[in-house]
Amino acid sequence: MRYSAFSLFKNALLGHKHWGRAWGGVDLKDRYDVVIVGGGGHGLACAYYLSKHHNVGKIAVLEKGWIGSGNVGRNTTIIRSNYMLEGNIPFYELSMKLWEGLESDINFNAMVSQRGVLNLCHSDAQYDAFCRRGNAMRVHGVDSEILDVDGVLKLVPELEVENARFCVKGGLFQPRGGTVRHDAVAWGYARAASRRGVDIIENCEVLGFLRDSAGCVEGVETSLGLVKTGKVGLCVAGNSSRLADMVDVKLPLESHVLQAFVTESVKPLLDTVLTFGAGHLYISQSDKGSLVFGGDLDGYNSYAQRGSLPLVEHIAEDAMAILPMLGRLRILRSWGGIMDMSMDGSPVMDRMPVEGIYINTGWCYGGFKAVPAAGWCFAHLLAKGESHDASKAYRWDRFERGFMIDEKGVGARPASH
Amino acid sequence: MRIDCPYCGGRDVSEFVYGGDATKVRPETGELEGGDVREVSDGLRKLFYEYVYVRDNPRGDHEEHWYHAGGCRSWLRVCRNTATHEVKWVKSEAGD
Ligand SMILES: Cc1cc2nc3c(=O)[nH]c(=O)nc-3n(C[C@H](O)[C@H](O)[C@H](O)COP(=O)(O)OP(=O)(O)OC[C@H]3O[C@@H](n4cnc5c(N)ncnc54)[C@H](O)[C@@H]3O)c2cc1C
Ligand SMILES: [Zn+2]
Repeated sequence: MRYSAFSLFKNALLGHKHWGRAWGGVDLKDRYDVVIVGGGGHGLACAYYLSKHHNVGKIAVLEKGWIGSGNVGRNTTIIRSNYMLEGNIPFYELSMKLWEGLESDINFNAMVSQRGVLNLCHSDAQYDAFCRRGNAMRVHGVDSEILDVDGVLKLVPELEVENARFCVKGGLFQPRGGTVRHDAVAWGYARAASRRGVDIIENCEVLGFLRDSAGCVEGVETSLGLVKTGKVGLCVAGNSSRLADMVDVKLPLESHVLQAFVTESVKPLLDTVLTFGAGHLYISQSDKGSLVFGGDLDGYNSYAQRGSLPLVEHIAEDAMAILPMLGRLRILRSWGGIMDMSMDGSPVMDRMPVEGIYINTGWCYGGFKAVPAAGWCFAHLLAKGESHDASKAYRWDRFERGFMIDEKGVGARPASH
Repeated sequence: MRIDCPYCGGRDVSEFVYGGDATKVRPETGELEGGDVREVSDGLRKLFYEYVYVRDNPRGDHEEHWYHAGGCRSWLRVCRNTATHEVKWVKSEAGD
């Protein structure tokens, strides 16, 4: 069903009882040309771009839960392309450009809101580091502005800039950054892919792989039965190591839990995305008025989609350190998602050592902003068998060759990225 | 989550610092003694790659290091289920 002002008007008159289904509703077939495992943002975007730009035949997305049940529906919705390193900037900028055209492309309101992302800095050294990052961005044609304290206060007047311990020295602002309604991204891509003939199968868990005598993939074993296919793309975020384990491959990854929080709704208060540079906190206000924020990982390997209480306290303290008036707000909900934390903090998009299996993983907690470009580039890889220009730095062998893409420079400690 | 420190007893997880996968063992570097690091054999390179970067990352029992920073400051070896966060056993790294 196509959405238009007319369909909205008609369905409003009919009491919204006759909207058609937006995706799915098909049975699993015995055979597909390409099977994508994982119906999160990355898997759905990949299926959509595959069906739109590449002629690969019949495509299925197999999702063990429901669409939007993974990290795509759990993140703090921030998009930005304020990276510094060579392999990263062009990729995230491609993603930003795709966000900018997304809604008209998929005919779905994803509430892409370029309200800007403001990173605060709290020392002269951090200010210098931000200038360097801002310049690297500009050299690559990405928008960035360095702000002094007055500039920062103009954007966020409520800010505590003279905090004795973490006084604010300025900020790095990316005006084109912002937020996107995460569920709508999953739904919008699912619907757009479905309309192009992609089978989206929910409640279908992949349990193993079928391989021929030469070891090449022949199909996948699922909770709904066997499916034949010669090509599989894995987009399973925090479950990547489990899927790789099914073909005896070990990955440079750890799975960690990250929490997010949302407060009761209040009147407009914060109209940009704000990040605290002395702790680790990112906060924005949703259109409903709730403040949405998150911070550090819990810090130990976890597959439990729930976090621990000491981190709740720690993140609430971080929030109070920059916006003290938040102390009067009640937190309505908190939840956790399982992150595919890579060893250098950057993603991997590559072939697996098993012929026919490709993997897209290692997104850490920055994979939401990457959804359009990751889908775009992974579709390219699946269709052509070689990396897209924008993602060619994201190969496995960089770890072995010593070419890490470590934005923070913290080394092989996944919990610190 | 609570961890039963063999020295201090059951303590809240916030007293501990995570030290990661404890099954990883640093490869023997005997062949390097006094030699030129640029001449590391491919075999040893591979072993170091696996030691530094590759992880089993299981969903289930995981042997890991924890440091009791807010207590006795001992390094501990803990077996914990990564899906339920149940701590199965705790040993001292010192082996006593
Ligand atoms: C609290 C939190 C805050 C975050 N904030 C941000 C942010 O502000 N900005 C940002 O850019 N990123 C953010 N992220 C990261 C981002 O959400 C993820 O990197 C990204 O969503 C991961 O890609 P995905 O959408 O494909 O993952 P998911 O939505 O997790 O998709 C993976 C899917 O695979 C399915 N699956 C797993 N195993 C199987 C199997 N065996 N068979 C079938 N299906 C399977 C899962 O059910 C899941 O639906 C955040 C994440 C969290 C948890
Ligand atoms: Zn102790």
